[in-house]
Amino acid sequence: MKKLVQLLLVITIVSALLLYAISRLNSSQGFTSSNTLTIYNWGDYIDTDLIDRFEEETGIKVIYETFDSNEAMMTKIEQGGTTYDIAIPSEYMIDKMRQEDLLVPLDHSKLPNLKHIDGRFIDLPFDPGNKYSVPYFWGTVGIVYNSKMLGGKKITSWADLWDKDLRNEILLTDGAREVMGMGLNSLNYSLNDTDEAHLQEAKSKLDALTPNIKAIVGDESRMLLESQEASIGLVWSGVASEIMAENEDLEYVVPKEGSNLWFDNMVIPRTTKNVDAAHQFINFMLDPEVAAQNAEYVSYSTPNKTALKYMPKEVVRDERFYPSPELTEKLEVYENLGKKNLARYNELFLEFKMHRK
Amino acid sequence: MRNNLSKNIFFIPYVLWIALFVIAPILLILYYSFFDIEGNLSLVNYQKFFTPVYLKMTLSSFWYAFLITGISLLVAYPTAFLLTKTKHKQLWLLLIIVPSWINLLLKAYAFIGIFGTYGVANGFLEVIGIGSQQILFTDFSFIFVSVYIFIPFMILPIFNALDKLNPTLMDAANDLGASRWMTFRRVIFPLTIDGVKTGCQVVFIPALSLFMLTRLIAGNRVITLGTAIEQHFLVTQDWGMGSTIAVFLIIIMFLIMFVTGNRKQGV
Repeated sequence: MKKLVQLLLVITIVSALLLYAISRLNSSQGFTSSNTLTIYNWGDYIDTDLIDRFEEETGIKVIYETFDSNEAMMTKIEQGGTTYDIAIPSEYMIDKMRQEDLLVPLDHSKLPNLKHIDGRFIDLPFDPGNKYSVPYFWGTVGIVYNSKMLGGKKITSWADLWDKDLRNEILLTDGAREVMGMGLNSLNYSLNDTDEAHLQEAKSKLDALTPNIKAIVGDESRMLLESQEASIGLVWSGVASEIMAENEDLEYVVPKEGSNLWFDNMVIPRTTKNVDAAHQFINFMLDPEVAAQNAEYVSYSTPNKTALKYMPKEVVRDERFYPSPELTEKLEVYENLGKKNLARYNELFLEFKMHRK
Repeated sequence: MRNNLSKNIFFIPYVLWIALFVIAPILLILYYSFFDIEGNLSLVNYQKFFTPVYLKMTLSSFWYAFLITGISLLVAYPTAFLLTKTKHKQLWLLLIIVPSWINLLLKAYAFIGIFGTYGVANGFLEVIGIGSQQILFTDFSFIFVSVYIFIPFMILPIFNALDKLNPTLMDAANDLGASRWMTFRRVIFPLTIDGVKTGCQVVFIPALSLFMLTRLIAGNRVITLGTAIEQHFLVTQDWGMGSTIAVFLIIIMFLIMFVTGNRKQGV
């Protein structure tokens, strides 16, 4: 017993000493709460040279942390253990965080570079007037296919996937919104449709696709498509551009019936201790040259209109990743359908998954 | 008196552990199962469980768990029997147990590589002239990988039971004129039935709620109750329905424990 007490004492003392050492170290490197900025972003989703440049220009120290799902990010911000000053969630999550009062309103007078954002991407339903968020990257949901494995066949629409020749060739992503959205879009309904009859119709349409489906997977789809395990995949445009860089036979298409338009956006969460620095950072990232450099590194589509001038022409003119305004007109952003409708989507998706060949 | 007191003190950590990490979570699950998705108190989740979707899912979970347990037993019993006959049995046992120390996810990813279109398994099928087949994302791959993962847990209790067996009993059976098969059926198997029961419990119950493998190896072509729970908690955030399925799983597990449990206490 005495030994145990001694041990506990030693552990406590050592921990205290270590904590003290960390705080000393941080302050000696210039990390104090008044001039640090904690950024919470997706993995490998920023050119780190830009962080160095931001630190040099402003004298603010940046702490950079990453997350791998919107849900995980929100949970951590809700708990409030870390003082995140910037986070980069997707659009539906912004709607949710806004409703749960987890975001700080933006001061547009501190963001003069906001004018560079393409008008198409301003004032969208998930954040009217961009009160809380500024678009960081955007993209679409579409079909990636291996033209060589399909013998030169071209895919241009959702309807093409129901072709009987494509038996066992399709990889779907394990997401209710994406897959149900595909079913709805193929019937020319909105992917935010909540009409029960339409949803049922979409589900039966999807059931008919079952023989062509090889698997419904998560992030593994990158690896499986790259290694030619399957020839067709339902993916986000960002994933497509990454795997297309690895395998030249792959093609990406946004189906002509319409599809999803998504955004990742910069926000200032409630946990912030440094609102000024956060605004400085957002404005810095909106600078056209910076945005161009970042877009070239990440290889997603930038919403910064002026930045396109600084980027290679073949990238900017690539209709696959920078679709024309006519096409983006047809694309829809996911609306927050509410818990009940979302549950209905998931139930139907579960039933669809259980449908056997 | 003093002795009693110190006994009670030593009992505290155990009671705390059970209360906090076993009883409280089960009560919480039970509590959540009575709320619908909008947070109203209702029995709608229980109604939903008795719809064809969930009943079908329950049946298929049972069927797969049954297959996995059955095949594991068929492989594990002879293996355990041979193990007891080897010279360095502890070493061999260790070699069988070591793979279970490796993370499940890593093993699953390895199998994606092995069973893939251009993987080792298909390479072998090409060489022997059968030609490449789809192995990944089928019922076969799902059951194979599950059996592979559960086998150490089946071998261990059976091995222990066989190892404790008194060899003179077999000699006696032999002397009294029993054939080898009869010795096995009437002497060895009944005496190791407890090991078999433990092994089946240890495999069947987790197999009922497998979820990672259903996506990675079966490509969501197999949906078990575990998959549904995962989806309800992480994606739909319908904690009520997820909890309801969990409640039924818990009930089913208690039933299995009761049926396969040892009822000859005190012997």
